[in-house]
Amino acid sequence: MSSTREVIIIGSGPAGLTAAIYTARANLEPLVIEGEPSSTSDQPGGQLMLTTDVENFPGFPDGVMGPELMSNFRAQAARFGAEFITAKVTRVDFSARPFGIWVGDDEYRADSVIVSTGAQSLMLGLQDEERLVGHGVSTCATCDGFFFRDQEIMVVGGGDSALEEATFLTRFASKVTIVHRRDELRASKIMQDRAVANPKIEFAWNSQVVALHGEQRLEAVTLEDTTTGQQHRVDVSGLFIAIGHRPNTDLFVGQLDLKDNGYLITDPDSSRTTVDGVFACGDVQDDVYRQAITAAGSGCMAALDAERWLEAQSH
Amino acid sequence: MAEGISDLTGSTFDETIGAASEPVLVDFWAEWCGPCKMIAPILEEIAAEQPGIRIAKVNVDEHSDIARRFEVMSIPTLILFKDGEPAKRLVGAKPKGALLEEIGEFL
Repeated sequence: MSSTREVIIIGSGPAGLTAAIYTARANLEPLVIEGEPSSTSDQPGGQLMLTTDVENFPGFPDGVMGPELMSNFRAQAARFGAEFITAKVTRVDFSARPFGIWVGDDEYRADSVIVSTGAQSLMLGLQDEERLVGHGVSTCATCDGFFFRDQEIMVVGGGDSALEEATFLTRFASKVTIVHRRDELRASKIMQDRAVANPKIEFAWNSQVVALHGEQRLEAVTLEDTTTGQQHRVDVSGLFIAIGHRPNTDLFVGQLDLKDNGYLITDPDSSRTTVDGVFACGDVQDDVYRQAITAAGSGCMAALDAERWLEAQSH
Repeated sequence: MAEGISDLTGSTFDETIGAASEPVLVDFWAEWCGPCKMIAPILEEIAAEQPGIRIAKVNVDEHSDIARRFEVMSIPTLILFKDGEPAKRLVGAKPKGALLEEIGEFL
């Protein structure tokens, strides 16, 4: 067991790394347990590691690549002395102070904790889905789009990330069909306009994917009309899933209070959770905005809240 | 850093894989792939720590013919070649421990 830290940060997307920059500059010598490599969006660097051009992060008039932006965040935190462990937290104990955090058998103790574990992509939950991931089924258009040159593919979802993926995939695919279970999109106006104007993009409205077909690789899907229940089979070699996210809060069940939808509860206008000394920032506690810039902003809030809280404890 | 990891091309691939007496783990990657960047340092560590295995990589942007030949549809994909033949395929980024476990029988 190592000595007690002033602050440990769990997670390393825009929220966690901004909290690391601020707490490091406040001489709190933060330890960031950044997660472990994975091809889902639950990984070091967070969801931006699976994107290409980020066009809405202020300060980059020509856009910036998601992985590059996150590697800059990390370098900036490291420059001020933040320490990193590339591993995934397996257990926490917030019932007594100093708080306990475990990576397997390794135990860490901290006076305060900043939770920034983010959210990860939802899957469809279909039989054969897991087997076909990497063989035509994908949750990462930027990783896999390249391999679908001149092919007809599908994107499932109706939000910004679905439309962004579909637009990106038209660089490679000959046709991209967006499958959406309703007849209108949730996505922002600018993304909708861009998708509708793209001659390679088509829409399958009121439709959902109910089955996947293919032995070695995806060959076809069954679509069901959500209004009539009618089903038909469509040949397709690639299926990209962008139906939303769920917060990474499994670790905190029974320790911190969660909303009904699984997101962490924080006080209004604050990063305080229901445990004194534990703060939360970024997508793990944000079911409304979910942007890189709001995550970064809330990471700054958590760092300042933790700093002031630690100061108050020592008086 | 990566002196232990060679870049394979269309003209060196078959020769390198065929001539190797030890298993060769080939990393199919690209510059634009975030998860590929994440596992790159892990592969460098494994290359340095495991003398019983060779590690090589194929840039799928530059050598899409090799990627097509082995039906790579997602990156990172790691294919382990034993006696010149694919013996194991791993799709997606994984932490070091999990990776070593997957290829353990070949070390």
